[in-house]
Amino acid sequence: MIGIEHYIIVSAILFVLGVLGIFLNRKNVIVILMAIELILLAVNINLVAFSAFLGDLTGQIFAMFVLAVAAGEAAVGLAILVIFFRDRGTIAVDDVNRMKG
Amino acid sequence: MIQAIAFYLFAFLVIASAVLTIMSRNPVHSVLWLILAFFNAAGLMVLLGAEFIAMLLVVVYVGAVAVLFLFVVMMLDVDMAEMRAGFIKNFPLGIAIALVLLAELVLGIGALNAGALELGTASGENAPSMANSNIENVGALLYSKYIFVFEVAGLILLVAMIGAIVLTHRDLKTTRGHQNITKQVRRNPKEATQMKQPTVGEGVEL
Repeated sequence: MIGIEHYIIVSAILFVLGVLGIFLNRKNVIVILMAIELILLAVNINLVAFSAFLGDLTGQIFAMFVLAVAAGEAAVGLAILVIFFRDRGTIAVDDVNRMKG
Repeated sequence: MIQAIAFYLFAFLVIASAVLTIMSRNPVHSVLWLILAFFNAAGLMVLLGAEFIAMLLVVVYVGAVAVLFLFVVMMLDVDMAEMRAGFIKNFPLGIAIALVLLAELVLGIGALNAGALELGTASGENAPSMANSNIENVGALLYSKYIFVFEVAGLILLVAMIGAIVLTHRDLKTTRGHQNITKQVRRNPKEATQMKQPTVGEGVEL
């Protein structure tokens, strides 16, 4: 029988893969954004799994809000990416040093 | 039995496509693997009985976010070989950190299973009613108890939309038909018109 542990483990692996994706593709902002989407997907799976196994719908409602924030984040992130590329002609993260941060 | 088979199928596919998302050489392939990952995550959520979130995942992620990614990947003509440069160099560190993170998460789940922690139980206040479908239950809760949070989510999306437009919009001054409102308002009859008294047979010089 499939218990909540199975879902938690799947979402833990997915979360770790998202973090790994950020480390591996340090230069490519597009893949970093995709890795962030994977992390948020892992969080959503966790929320929905707990919601289903505890018999409480709040987790699913919250997953919806996570989805909304993820969509907004992707839109704004890609917009910043587009203007950065227009300005510099590259999207390499290493070159993002204009603000000397 | 069939539930277990479906679970392992979806779980395997979601993890495999996540691996391929972060490992792909070509960002377009990454986006396509991401779409597969979202589809299989939606399958997992259907298994959990959360059909509405599953369908939302397909509509929002596959329909909107992934297509947006695809647009951007294809619009930006980036050098892919250069993008991959640090991949091998970062591999050991990335794997090490990922393994530490995974070990911590497994430790947490193990501690939970060992009974060391007391897992909170739901109050039953927001329990789904078995008489209705998942969508009806979610809707009833969303539009009553969480209505203000829902409106704030709409506001966040509005701000994100305006932000994306403001960031990417290019004001093309050279375009024909561009409206300069200041110039238009400041225009007065004295500057805009002039009186001429042309004699018959001769043209008017402007």
